[in-house]
Amino acid sequence: MSDFILRTEGLTKEFRGFAAVRDVDLQVRRGTIHALIGPNGAGKTTVFNLLTKFLPVTAGRIFYNDRDITGDRPADIARRGMVRSFQISAVFPHFTVRENIRVALQRVLGTSFHFWRSERSLEGLHARADELIEAVGLTEFTNVAAVELAYGRKRALEIATTLALDPEMLLLDEPTSGLGHEDIARISALIKEVSKTRTILMVEHNLSVVAELSDTITVLTRGHILTQGRYEEVSKNPEVIEAYMGTGHG
Amino acid sequence: MVTTVAPVATVGRRSRAGLVLTIVLVALALIAPLLVYPVFLMKALCFALFACAFNLVAGYGGLLSFGHAAFFGSAGYVTAHAAKVWGFPTELAIVVGVLAGTVLGVVFGWIAIRRQGIYFAMVTLALSQMIYFYALQVPFTHGEDGIQAVPRGHLFGFIDLNQTMTMYYVVLAIFLIGFAIIFRTIHSPFGQVLKAIRENEPRAISLGYRTERYKLVAFILSAALSSLAGSTKSIVFQLASLTDVHWSTSGEVVLMSLIGGLGTVLGPVVGAVVLTTMENYLAQFGSWVTVIQGVIFVLCVLTLRSGIVGAIEDVLRRRSRRKAAPGV
Repeated sequence: MSDFILRTEGLTKEFRGFAAVRDVDLQVRRGTIHALIGPNGAGKTTVFNLLTKFLPVTAGRIFYNDRDITGDRPADIARRGMVRSFQISAVFPHFTVRENIRVALQRVLGTSFHFWRSERSLEGLHARADELIEAVGLTEFTNVAAVELAYGRKRALEIATTLALDPEMLLLDEPTSGLGHEDIARISALIKEVSKTRTILMVEHNLSVVAELSDTITVLTRGHILTQGRYEEVSKNPEVIEAYMGTGHG
Repeated sequence: MVTTVAPVATVGRRSRAGLVLTIVLVALALIAPLLVYPVFLMKALCFALFACAFNLVAGYGGLLSFGHAAFFGSAGYVTAHAAKVWGFPTELAIVVGVLAGTVLGVVFGWIAIRRQGIYFAMVTLALSQMIYFYALQVPFTHGEDGIQAVPRGHLFGFIDLNQTMTMYYVVLAIFLIGFAIIFRTIHSPFGQVLKAIRENEPRAISLGYRTERYKLVAFILSAALSSLAGSTKSIVFQLASLTDVHWSTSGEVVLMSLIGGLGTVLGPVVGAVVLTTMENYLAQFGSWVTVIQGVIFVLCVLTLRSGIVGAIEDVLRRRSRRKAAPGV
């Protein structure tokens, strides 16, 4: 198996002639945290949507564990072990915290089409669900509907739900956006913890989080890769400073 | 903290309350024909089952079908034809009708399931209109006359369905079986995934669920149960007619579910009872029925957004929460 868990070759996405993503060769090394940064409209989320097949690619290929997944369907991507989160926190709002996680856990039981079976057959999953809830610090909200949680807790729940699938690779779309200071610290600690056994690719705006967490950084502007490397190298690159960090990070 | 304990207690209390409610309702249904005209009750039960079946896709699957009359009506035609022309025993005629409706459901679902929202509604409407015009043209449906004088026959060869009371209890049994299937489906592992898809489909996909397959299964189940309602109705009224495949019947079932409460277990039943009662007792106003229905519908949508049962549930939930956390 190669060092790279995820690789793209010439990844391109055009919307009616406009190239939102152009010729992107991305390589994500196994077991690392890889950040995808860039100014607004650089195509970061589009890249995510292409990788997880939520958008069809116009040209180029995607390899996951050396396997060409360019033609896969989004649900298949998750089954291969690559699970994404969303920019706007994605929970099942009228499910309780535990039900949110249970729905992720129940797929492997293979009974998800069994409409004749009682819901009680899922209670065996509660122990595992409660472990995950504890890991993200939501124990006291176990039976609260997700819609009633504060924003930061919704994000924590989303990560717990993602972890419930025990993915080999996580794609996190702006995991700390919209969070307060304390929540950011909590979520970054959680990401760090999770990364011990997994590969993470994340889109992130908060550069201190990026600096603290990531092993490798890819900078995207106007749909193509400007540069990639370690944070210290990238942050000194004059092109990057001009394109992205110029104002806020001088 | 109060919030951690309260929901558990409410869930327990709610399921016990649900059991009591079920027993009361079944008891009521058992004695109802002594108080109310049984044929009217049977009509209400058939539509209640139809609305519950519709609610399974619309309320729990988030798919607003506007073509459910195709299953309801076609199953009625097939059952009526099987009982009258082929001389099938009643139970077999119903089975054949349900099978026919289910096959239609597979075809409709296969074509429509990839569309969402208004597009899904339009595709199902278009398909059901094709069924309507087919029913209008083919000889076996007898066009405007419909299939009349369908024999009720004997259930399993010995239960005489020509006795109105016997027929009523058979219809009640069919309704309860259909309702039980729907209730179980909603509260099954499958139901969980279905609700998850309704809540947030992209998220369900990103968790590895091939959501179209779940929606298709729900749609087929719903078509099958709608067919059961339609077949039963044609036996009860000894008639299968164009009305039952007409788009207005599709509209009516949407209305019933909305008024009762889409996505609630009992809502469609309440909606069906309310609407059939209205039709029955407002019949003296002639064509004004539609106008009165329209006004009531508008009022319902404006004041009770989650339907009658939805509104009651909201009130109960608010009250139990106030009890759980008196300080808030």
